Amino acid sequence: MSVRSKNLIGPLDYTRRTWMRLVLLGTFVFLYAPIVTLVAFSFNDSRRNIVWRGFTFKYYEKAWNNSSLVEAFTNSLTIAFLSTLISVVLGTMTAILLWRFRFPGKAGYEGAMSLPIVIPEICMGVAMLAFFSRIGWPSGLPWPLNLGAITISHISFSFPFVTVVVRARLASFNRELEEAAKDLGAGEWQAFKDILIPHMRPGLIAGTLLAFTLSLDDFVITFFTSGPDTITFPIKIYSMIRFSVTPEVNAASAVLIAITLVMTTFALWFQSRSGDHGGVAHG
Amino acid sequence: MADRPVILQIKQVVKSFGNVHAVNGVNLNIYEGEFFALLGPSGCGKTTLLRMLAGFEFPSEGSIKIDGKETRDIPPNQRPVNMVFQSYAVFPHMNVFDNVAYGLKVAKTPREEVKERVQDALALVKLDGYELRKPDQLSGGQRQRVALARALVKRPRVLLLDEPLSALDAKLREAMQLELVKLQKAVGITFLIVTHDQEEALSMADRIAVMENGVVRQVAPPGELYESPNCRFVADFIGRMNLFAGIVEGHEDWGGLNVKTELLGKLTIPHSERVSSKLHLAVRPEKLRISSEILPSSYFSFPGEVDAVVYHGSESHVYLKTDAGPFLCATLTNLSRISVRPKKGDRLWIGWAPEDTLVLSE
Repeated sequence: MSVRSKNLIGPLDYTRRTWMRLVLLGTFVFLYAPIVTLVAFSFNDSRRNIVWRGFTFKYYEKAWNNSSLVEAFTNSLTIAFLSTLISVVLGTMTAILLWRFRFPGKAGYEGAMSLPIVIPEICMGVAMLAFFSRIGWPSGLPWPLNLGAITISHISFSFPFVTVVVRARLASFNRELEEAAKDLGAGEWQAFKDILIPHMRPGLIAGTLLAFTLSLDDFVITFFTSGPDTITFPIKIYSMIRFSVTPEVNAASAVLIAITLVMTTFALWFQSRSGDHGGVAHG
Repeated sequence: MADRPVILQIKQVVKSFGNVHAVNGVNLNIYEGEFFALLGPSGCGKTTLLRMLAGFEFPSEGSIKIDGKETRDIPPNQRPVNMVFQSYAVFPHMNVFDNVAYGLKVAKTPREEVKERVQDALALVKLDGYELRKPDQLSGGQRQRVALARALVKRPRVLLLDEPLSALDAKLREAMQLELVKLQKAVGITFLIVTHDQEEALSMADRIAVMENGVVRQVAPPGELYESPNCRFVADFIGRMNLFAGIVEGHEDWGGLNVKTELLGKLTIPHSERVSSKLHLAVRPEKLRISSEILPSSYFSFPGEVDAVVYHGSESHVYLKTDAGPFLCATLTNLSRISVRPKKGDRLWIGWAPEDTLVLSE
C-alpha cells in the first residue's frame, strides 16, 4: 500500500501508462499516416505527388470534370446500392433460416454459404468470369442493366457477411419475446416486424455498412466481371495510376474516403440512437 | 370449487418428443376463478403442459378445451389465454406504456380505450407513473409487474404464469406471492401457475396438481396435499418427511393396521382402508416429539441420540439416530430466545402420536 499509493494505476487504466500511450500513438500513425498523406496531397499544386508545392482545389475540379471518372463513380454507387439492398435482404433471411430451423444438411449448407468469405478473391473472380461467359451473359445492355454481372457477383460475396453479422445478433435474442408477442395476439409477420426486426437493427446496420463498403471498393472480382463499358471506380483509379499517380487520383480517393466516413458516422449515430430504445439492455 | 363451471379441461393429454413422453396422459379440470398451481421438479412436464395451453406446443394425443372449445387448431394469438413468461419477456425497445398497450394495439382497439385500459392495468399492478420508463430502467420486480399488466390488460379467460417468481429475491418473492393472490381475487381471472417451489404453490394456490415424469400424482388443496399425500413421491416432494418401508401383517377389527417395519419393529396404525402388503410409513418432522423423559404410552416411542442440530432461525432441525437404526428428523420451533436446544450426543426419547402416521402406497 505505502509503496504503490503514489502511483496507483488500476488494472484497466491502460491509457495512463506512458509506454501504452506510445504504442497507441505508433499504431495510429501506422494506420492513418498513409490516408492523411493521400488526402493532404490531393490539395497539392503539383503534377507529382512527391513535393508540396502549395494548396489548390484544382484537382478536385479536374476529377469532377473527368466524365469517365464520374461515370465510373456512378457505376460503383449504383452497384453498391443494389448489391447492398439485395445482400441485406438475402443475408438476413439466411441468418434467420440458420438460427431458427433445423433441417438435414444444415451444417453443410452453413459451410457452403460462408465459402465466399474464405475463398481467395482471385478464385472467386475467375469463377465468376468463367460462369458468366459459360452461360453467355449478354454484353452491351443499356445502363444500368449492363451492371448486372458485377452486381450479382458482389451480392454473392457480400451477403454471407451480412448473414454472419445478423446471426451473431440473433444469438442474443430471447425467444420468449417473440412468443410473448404472439401470445398477445400478434401474427407471425407482425411479431417479426415488431419484435425481431428491432432486435436485429444493430446487426442490420452493421451488415448494410459492410456490404456497401465491400461492394464499393472491390477490385479483384469486379475486374474479372467488368467490361469496357462497365468500369467501376476502383478499376478506373487503377487504370489512371498506370499512367501516373496524379493528385487527381488522390482527389477522387479523398472523396471516397469522405463518403465512407460520413456513412459510418451516420450509421454509428443511428445505432446509438436506436440503442436508447432498448438495444443496450440486450448488451 | 366443483360448483363453478370448468374453464380448462385437459383430457388424456400426451406430449412426446421423440421417444420421450414429456407429458404422459394428464387429466385435469380447472374451474373458473381458481388459483391453480402445477407443481413438480424440473423436467416433470409442467412447463410443457403450460405451453400446450398457451398454444406454443401441440399435444401428441388428447384434447385441451378452453371454455368448452377444443383448442387443437387455434394458434397462440387467438386463444383467450395470456401468459407471464419466466423471463418476463418485456419488449426491451418499448416503454412501459407501449409494452402494456401492445396486445390492445394488435387487436386494433380504439386509441382512447387503449389509454384507459393501460392506465387501469398499470394502476392494478401499482406501476402508475412509470409509463415512459424503458425496461432497462426498471427493477426485476417492476419488469414482472409490466409483464403481468401486459397479460391482464387483455382480460384473458385464464392467466398462465410460468415460474413467475423464480428470478426474484426471497423477500420480494414473499411479498409478490401475497400480492398475486390479492390481485387474482380482485380481477377474478383464473390463474394457472407453474412452479417448482412447493412453498410458493402451498401459499398461493387454491388447488395444486403435483406432477412427476409427465404424470399428475395428486390434485388437492394445499392443506390436504401436505397432511394427506396419496403417495410416496408427493409426501417426499412436499415439505420434509421421515419415511420407512413396511409390510402389512394384518388388519384389526377396529380399523387398525398391523405393519412390520424393518427397524422400528411392529406398529399398529389407525387406518381403515385396505392396502397392499408393501407400503411406506411417513411422519412429518414437526409432528415428532423428542424428550429426555419417557413419552406418553399412547405414542410410538424409541430411544435414540442426537446426531446433529441445524439452526434455521425460527426453527431448528434435529437429526436423530434411533438405537434401532433409522435416522429421523424432527423440527423444533425456537419459541424462546433462551430455549435450551438439544446438543449432539444427547440421549433422548423420540416419538409421535399413531394418528400422525401416514400410510403410503409405493
